[in-house]
Amino acid sequence: MMDEMRILSPSSVCGSGFLEKSFETALSWQPHFIGCDGGSTDPGPSYLGSGKSVFPRQAVMRDLRLMLIGARKLKIPLMIGSSGTAGGDVHLAWMFSILKEIAATESLRFTVALIHAEQDKKYLKRRLKQGRITPLDPAPEFNAKVIDRSERIVGMMSTEPFLRALDAGADVVLAGRASDTAIFSGLPIQHGFDPGLAWHVAKILECGAAAVVNRKTPDCMMAFLRKDCFEVEAPDPTLRCTPQSIASHSLYENADPFFLVESSGTLDLTESRYQAVNERRVRVAGSKFIPAKHYTVKLEGAEKAGYQSVMIGSIRDPFIIRQIDSWVSRLKERIRIRIEMVYGKTLKHTDYVLNIRIYGKDGTMGPLEPVKQTAAHELCLLFEITAATQEIASTIAGIMRHQGLHLPIPEWSGLITALACPYNPAHFDRGAVYRFNVNHVVKPKDPCEMFPMDLFAVSGARVRRIAK
Amino acid sequence: MTKLAELARLIRSKNAGPFQLTFDIMFERPEIYDRVKKSGAVTRDIVAQSYNILPKDVLFFYCDNALAIKASIPRPFSQGDLRDSDGHGGQQYAPLMDIEIP
Repeated sequence: MMDEMRILSPSSVCGSGFLEKSFETALSWQPHFIGCDGGSTDPGPSYLGSGKSVFPRQAVMRDLRLMLIGARKLKIPLMIGSSGTAGGDVHLAWMFSILKEIAATESLRFTVALIHAEQDKKYLKRRLKQGRITPLDPAPEFNAKVIDRSERIVGMMSTEPFLRALDAGADVVLAGRASDTAIFSGLPIQHGFDPGLAWHVAKILECGAAAVVNRKTPDCMMAFLRKDCFEVEAPDPTLRCTPQSIASHSLYENADPFFLVESSGTLDLTESRYQAVNERRVRVAGSKFIPAKHYTVKLEGAEKAGYQSVMIGSIRDPFIIRQIDSWVSRLKERIRIRIEMVYGKTLKHTDYVLNIRIYGKDGTMGPLEPVKQTAAHELCLLFEITAATQEIASTIAGIMRHQGLHLPIPEWSGLITALACPYNPAHFDRGAVYRFNVNHVVKPKDPCEMFPMDLFAVSGARVRRIAK
Repeated sequence: MTKLAELARLIRSKNAGPFQLTFDIMFERPEIYDRVKKSGAVTRDIVAQSYNILPKDVLFFYCDNALAIKASIPRPFSQGDLRDSDGHGGQQYAPLMDIEIP
């Protein structure tokens, strides 16, 4: 068994950037592999639903180019998870097109594995029928109808598909949706390192330099994994890791800071010990991994919520502000009546969703807002209409504008104009909007069955598929 | 009495996946963390009260290693759904800032 495995995580997300100098320093420390994730659910359901990526192509290309050149120079594996933000097939293809362009421009030769994470709807229905899809907490209702109306459902792969790709000879792995930690933990565990330490180091690495005390921009993080501990250090000499900053990182974006659930088990941080090696480097020991009874794969899905139009209007009149709740409910009623006049029986009130957000009151927190009475001297209203087609949404937005402009209040007699609209036209069409619709896990028979792989030999601009 | 915002180095909120919100209350020095922890003023019940939800829906943790207190709650609407107002969940922590610490 090797004594130390060195792992480089250049950035929190491929496309968010890192300093070239930090990356060069990290390469001089001779990492055994480079890993980086390319997305998450964090940017929202729109990306999984629409197939778009949150980071621009040029930004992803800049990061991926440096990583690829670095990995090829050292002849070490490069593994990218959650390609193109949401990790569906369209996102993976987008990432592959960027990779091919870099290979052609830089005349690079390597074998690349593409691991698919988008799920076949028939497969999911079969597993659902077998009772092998179960909800996490909290979870929306999930059934065959939800599967049918989903734009896209992806499974979150763990370590096994990455290892299968490396075993098949891949130098570069582009994966669809993957657990961020799985990118980093698979190879060390395969080399015999302690699973508790491997999953914990992966958890810290997955956000690049986010676990330092004084992060300025997204940047590189390096880990040194040994038999009984690991150490982490950021290659930028101005960045510092402290025991507290590293311990704190397990809090970030996790509901539970001590138990982190993965496909094959749970990382247990209750007995982790954090110790300063020097003022920039921290040593961690004591982390444990508890194997799961059943192997599970988490699903993420998105469906179309409809097409949306929005309008912004603000109010400065204190008479309207002091009765804003009743003004808004009267307005909703007027809009409903006018929609009925326009559409007759062809559009029911359940066919559209009208939402009016009141900024200056509870626009930011909605039902979680404890402050019930606004003290603001002006309010901003955001009107949203969502319907089955853009045409309906847009039509209702027009109705909404006119009704809102002139809704009377008892304090004034005569025609008032109640809303200040900063934009002309006052409303804009947002197109399709999406929602997440799954928070469930699948019990597969095999960790790789949901994640088929393609293998390609890349030589500059030439790309040849290799039989598996 | 001192407000929690004056004692913490950082109070933040964020999504923990699309269906949960999580709050981190982090401290610079162990003495301050201990003071707040021992005061008993930051509890599961206070968090539930601050957001008008049931205590059983709040996950609540003291993280001694990190000098932090953490709580997680279900989102009122899933991330990005029609009535959701905070896609990243980043601006939901303000009510915690005013908790009074003896």
